[in-house]
Amino acid sequence: MAAKKAGAKSRNPELIRGIGKYSRSKMYHKRGIWAIKAKHGGSLPRHEPKAAPPKPAAKPPKFYPADDVKTPIPNHRKPKPTKLRPSITPGTVLILLAGRFMGKRVVFLKQLPSGLLLVTGPFKINGVPLRRVNQAYVIGTSTKIDISGVDVEKFDDKYFTKEKKKKTKKSENEFFDARIEETKALPQEKKDDQKAVDTQLIKAIELVPDLKAYLGARFSLRAGMKPHELVF
Amino acid sequence: MVKGRQGERVRLYVRGTILGYKRSKSNQYENTSLIQIEGVNTKEEVAWYCGKRMAYIYKAKIKSDGTRYRCIWGKVTRSHGNSGVVRAKFKSNLPPKSMV
Repeated sequence: MAAKKAGAKSRNPELIRGIGKYSRSKMYHKRGIWAIKAKHGGSLPRHEPKAAPPKPAAKPPKFYPADDVKTPIPNHRKPKPTKLRPSITPGTVLILLAGRFMGKRVVFLKQLPSGLLLVTGPFKINGVPLRRVNQAYVIGTSTKIDISGVDVEKFDDKYFTKEKKKKTKKSENEFFDARIEETKALPQEKKDDQKAVDTQLIKAIELVPDLKAYLGARFSLRAGMKPHELVF
Repeated sequence: MVKGRQGERVRLYVRGTILGYKRSKSNQYENTSLIQIEGVNTKEEVAWYCGKRMAYIYKAKIKSDGTRYRCIWGKVTRSHGNSGVVRAKFKSNLPPKSMV
């Protein structure tokens, strides 16, 4: 059958699923097939089939596997980054709940393509560097900072991957020396990136009274605090 | 736990008391424990805690994985009764010595 144009509606309204209002002969009349036939001298116009491009001659394969080889089903799924909670927007102060910096209040910068959140202390205020954090281990507070002055475009997941260690042949003496060298100092460019992001942030933070001290302090539950009643 | 930095004690967990196992008068079901969470006194308040994870932490004489502390993980499953007690299921059942 010829392809339908997009938006072409059926002229046969459905009475019930599968049953149309008009019979075949009525539909023939409605669609105007009689008029098309009359215009073209008694039969519907036919088009010559498009010449198919000549297929290259396939050579018979040299090798047939003994058992049937199963072809894997192609997977076209592209994973999206995890959905951000509506309370977490760029510039929100977050409370970290686990890990080395648990309890620290930290500024959220952006969500990376892997779904992790990019976060910074700022380092001068509470010692938390540019870091990735999982959304599940975070409480979003209602405190927001204006981070429009900060350029976070250059940070992505590759920035945070560990350097691959080169395999060196170990002899008895070299083994101990190599271990001491393992602890690398942070490369200067990462320190500069940290400074560049933080100077902008600290300017915005100092505008708000007490915010600097707030970010420097850690969150902790104390006697009488009930988490189900706390409003963050 | 000892860490190599100045220990600023941050408590991000809520304490609880283990009351016993789910039970009727003369039968008990050890796969579910009853926990009293501090500060929770009605069954409406329990809704916030449903699904949250719990850990029963205890000490042992022998060091395993570098520490003498051991842990059984679990979750809050549902409320129990009207007064904020909670039912919880742990990875392995809680030992009877955990109930005071």
